[in-house]
Amino acid sequence: MSLGNTNNPIVRLEAVHFAYGEGEREILRGIDLSVRRGQVVAIMGGSGSGKTTLLRLIGGQLRAHSGRVLVEEQDLGQLSTKALYALRRRMGMLFQFGALFTDMSVFDNVAFPLREHTDLPAELVHDLVLMKLQAVGLRGAHSLMPSELSGGMARRVALARAVALDPMLMLYDEPFAGLDPISLGITGQLIRRLNDALGAASVMVTHDVQVSLDLVDYVYFVSNGMIVAKGTPSEIRASEDPFVRQFVHGESDGPVPFHYPAPPLASLLDGTSA
Amino acid sequence: MNVLLKILRTMGAATVNGVWRLGFAARFFLAVLRYSGQSFLRLPLTIRELFFSGVLSLLIILVSGLFVGLVLGLQGYDILQRFGSSDALGIMVALSLLRELGPVIAAILFASRAGSAITAEIGLMKTTEQLEAMDMMAVNPLARVVAPRFWGGVISMPLLAAMFSAMGIFGGWLIGVVVIGVDDGAFWSQMRAAVRFEHDVLNGIIKSFVFGVTVSWIAVFEGYDCHPTAEGVSRAITRTVVYSALAILALDFVLTSFMFRGI
Repeated sequence: MSLGNTNNPIVRLEAVHFAYGEGEREILRGIDLSVRRGQVVAIMGGSGSGKTTLLRLIGGQLRAHSGRVLVEEQDLGQLSTKALYALRRRMGMLFQFGALFTDMSVFDNVAFPLREHTDLPAELVHDLVLMKLQAVGLRGAHSLMPSELSGGMARRVALARAVALDPMLMLYDEPFAGLDPISLGITGQLIRRLNDALGAASVMVTHDVQVSLDLVDYVYFVSNGMIVAKGTPSEIRASEDPFVRQFVHGESDGPVPFHYPAPPLASLLDGTSA
Repeated sequence: MNVLLKILRTMGAATVNGVWRLGFAARFFLAVLRYSGQSFLRLPLTIRELFFSGVLSLLIILVSGLFVGLVLGLQGYDILQRFGSSDALGIMVALSLLRELGPVIAAILFASRAGSAITAEIGLMKTTEQLEAMDMMAVNPLARVVAPRFWGGVISMPLLAAMFSAMGIFGGWLIGVVVIGVDDGAFWSQMRAAVRFEHDVLNGIIKSFVFGVTVSWIAVFEGYDCHPTAEGVSRAITRTVVYSALAILALDFVLTSFMFRGI
């Protein structure tokens, strides 16, 4: 499925621990993972399991309390802001709802990273932007404003913007959330196609098990801040691990409780609990 | 005893939070200044904000200035004619506007109109992850979004205060000379003789510059620091207007006590 050299890890996390404040509960507890060039890797887990935090650590938006987060062998915890920005020029991130700049047209949104980071002539920027929009099927929508786009279209424009500088690493935060089945399928195909065309690596945080298993090369399952299962899609489908089974088949009974912790209902009814 | 401890604890927490936030705001201010060079190198960004903060506030400033001038003309004439000094109406209107009302009212109007808009815009950009997206694209939001808005406000403020004062003087002239019948020559000549540029006009400009820095700082900080929710943005806008008005009035007293002590 992948075209690039899959031997070089672009992202490597080593025994990463993270909490949002001193003395706060640890969100991530000893995470180890790696993503190689050409791979699309999914990070799955329940809400609040630490998936998005993990993505933010890889993007350098958060810094690990202990352990190392390496992108292209550079330890993000040791980088200055300038060095981090230099690295980010080679990353792209798709936010959950696109995060398009609402005061700019679709064209200007996609042109934004090109104008900020290159000295390309306006004609070349124009052609590159239209090519990126063509790749996501929205060349005809280049003059629209973000408010005129549907959720799926906004996500595709954001994808075109994220790949404008041909990144070596793509980060996706819930790319399928709230999409209709057609947009969902299109977005999934685009993620795979763009990754293969760029020879990049992609890390995708998602809840959408079936679509993800069809397009990714490897899956990590996160629960309570730890990686509880990992494997290729076929290994995941065949897994007998209770957590993986519950997640993949959407079962209510399993290691992940359906109910938020509370006293037993009986104690509420007989008046022994407030 | 427990209640007392609880009150003390609440007050202590509020004080610590207040001091912490003030310190954060000061660090934020320094960071904005640090990245201001980039926004001046890319002048169109700052000019765009000058348009949004300055030009779009012009109407409310001019209309308010006119009404304040009309009221000053009426009140001033009513008082001065009791002492047979109605010819000094021009002096009273001009000095009131240039020294106090121009900078103060223009700044309060600016905080309500442009300051709240700046807070709302930055706050919504934060809520919709636009600032985060920019940061992930290796574009510093402080340099690209915050600094141009800050300097747009700082530059606009003295210009708006000058327009306010000019319109106010016109309003005073309209009431005093055209409607009531004060001598036109006396109105202007007494004003010219009494108003000193370095003492009255320059101090007014300094005041409006200080107010511009204060209001713009509060507006960009509240937007950048707001909770990324609808309620968070709404609270931030309220804080911008309230803190700005209080800061303007308090600073006006401090500046006036240094600038105008009857010397």
